[in-house]
Amino acid sequence: MKKLLIALVATAATLSLAATAEAQEKLKACWVYTGPIGDFGYSYQHDRGRLDVEKALGDKVETAYLENVSEGPDADRAFERLAREGCKIIFGTSFGFMDPEVKVAKKFPDVMFEHATGYKTAENLGIYNARFYEGRYILGQIAAKQSKSGVAGYIVSFPIPEVVMGINSFMLGAQSIKPDFKAKIVWINSWFDPGKEADAAKALFDQGADIIVQHTDSTAPLQVAEERGLQGFGQSSDMIKFAPKAQLTSIVDDWGPYYIGRVQAALDGTWKPGNVWLGIKDGAVKMAPYTNMPDDVKAMAEATEKKIVEGWNPFTGPIAKQDGTPWLKEGEVADDPTLLGMNFYVKGVDDKLPQ
Amino acid sequence: MDITVNILLTIATAATPLLIAAIGELVVERSGVLNLGVEGMMIMGAVGGFGAGYLTGSPWIGLLAAIALGAVFSLLFAVMTLSLATNQVATGLSLTLLGLGLSGMMGTSFVGQPGARLPNLDIPGLTAIPVIGRLLFGQDPIFYISIALTAAVMWFLFKTRTGLTLRSIGDSHTSAHALGIKVIRYRYLAVIFGGACAGLAGGHLSLVYTPQWVENMTAGRGWIALALVVFASWRPWRVLAGAYIFGAVWIGQLHAQAFGIPVPSQLLSSLPYLATIVVLVLISRNKRLTMMNTPASLGQPFVPDR
Repeated sequence: MKKLLIALVATAATLSLAATAEAQEKLKACWVYTGPIGDFGYSYQHDRGRLDVEKALGDKVETAYLENVSEGPDADRAFERLAREGCKIIFGTSFGFMDPEVKVAKKFPDVMFEHATGYKTAENLGIYNARFYEGRYILGQIAAKQSKSGVAGYIVSFPIPEVVMGINSFMLGAQSIKPDFKAKIVWINSWFDPGKEADAAKALFDQGADIIVQHTDSTAPLQVAEERGLQGFGQSSDMIKFAPKAQLTSIVDDWGPYYIGRVQAALDGTWKPGNVWLGIKDGAVKMAPYTNMPDDVKAMAEATEKKIVEGWNPFTGPIAKQDGTPWLKEGEVADDPTLLGMNFYVKGVDDKLPQ
Repeated sequence: MDITVNILLTIATAATPLLIAAIGELVVERSGVLNLGVEGMMIMGAVGGFGAGYLTGSPWIGLLAAIALGAVFSLLFAVMTLSLATNQVATGLSLTLLGLGLSGMMGTSFVGQPGARLPNLDIPGLTAIPVIGRLLFGQDPIFYISIALTAAVMWFLFKTRTGLTLRSIGDSHTSAHALGIKVIRYRYLAVIFGGACAGLAGGHLSLVYTPQWVENMTAGRGWIALALVVFASWRPWRVLAGAYIFGAVWIGQLHAQAFGIPVPSQLLSSLPYLATIVVLVLISRNKRLTMMNTPASLGQPFVPDR
């Protein structure tokens, strides 16, 4: 009996040893999302990136994530918990995770940290972002071509640089086609509230807009466009299923290639904190198929997309600020820090920026 | 004229889920039970309604499923607070948290799928009448249910004997018990009715308002409904008024923004809440009447002596 017991214990020990050895070979990569992965928008696309990592690197990695983490003291705990649980590389995907991540990164120098859309870095903390404004310029051009009333409705969340940059880029695109093009802007003070987004879309359509643009995350505005027989653009993911006749295109966030590259670097031991701002040419910003528009509009959109891939920046002068004061000279290109801190409108935007 | 009709229709759509959830909760609170789980029951109704509608292809089955799921979920609250006499506030809060989490899990495979929408009423000859046609005969079915429900609850609470009994239980469960009234049984039925209403309100969101499923899609509407009940001092017609004032100011501020009125958008966004509270406080300013309408044993657990 005793022998048997010893044999059992020995087997168990060997097994558990083997298990640890195997676990050590696997690299644990972890993600923190601010929304639910079921939002079919921003957090959903980040999670698609995580799944891409699993698919591409297979047995070599193990992934984990925390969703619905609010951007406050909760975030501290979330990052710390993941670091303690053996995550070797951790991605924080929201602007508000910046300070918590900086703090936790200091405590865990052996863990690699990555933060999306922020600006603070450290020896083991890199940052990454995507140039969504490139896509918004194309949306502006399509809107100006497709709109009969010459007015677009624009639903926005919060007056942060990312959103202001998007409005500006959209208007520059639209006015490059139709100089007197107008956008009616409605702030709903939320990233995600399908009901409010639908209400805002209805209000904008009732006031004469015939194209809807959104910088909020749900499919509701497009559904309203579909019901009314008007058109609009998707957000974050391809929403064509919700509006087969209304969606013109959509700016799709594709984080997969970036995440695969970074986790691979962590596996190879070549990871270094970076500072990247990826655009259409890097494949991080993708345009959903151009649909429901005549061929010449489609050709124009594709030409602009090509121009951007070749290195052209929508924020190339001459551009004046809203009040008419010059901002960029002929041929001058806005630098990244200015764009990332953008808190003013360009000429032609018909709205007062909430402060 | 067309824009006015459109605005009125939008207001009705925005007010309907608030009205239904609040009317249900009003009956629950009139029986002396405080169920803070409205948000949780509502989101369960939303996921159930969408899911059943999506899987069967019939939004009507979705509608029934939303009601059923809200009711079943509220039963959990009823068993905890009524049979086991747990704290109603804590149980209600956990019901909300559980509902938000559970619905997210149940809805994983529905994300990104377009669902079925309940069709609007269309009566040949009547719906086509200019202006009033679409307002009276062209809305979604749940709108008509919400109005009928409000009238029915008013009649039930203040014109029937059972309604009187229910209110007396809310005012003093011990006296009611001493008179031989089955307090717990009444409260069970009230809580289940409230759950069914919250479920229906959730179904309105995922079958009419925005026919889709996304996590957290109720976005706090359950809490607004709860607040409406209190500020309406437990009177059904005031709940109706409150829901429509909220809807009207909400839609109005969106139009004001789109129109380009230079008022900070943050202020405009908070206006619906402010306006609703101010108006309801004004109509309920008679202190004696408000005291009379407040269920005196609201939120207190009741354990019958045997």
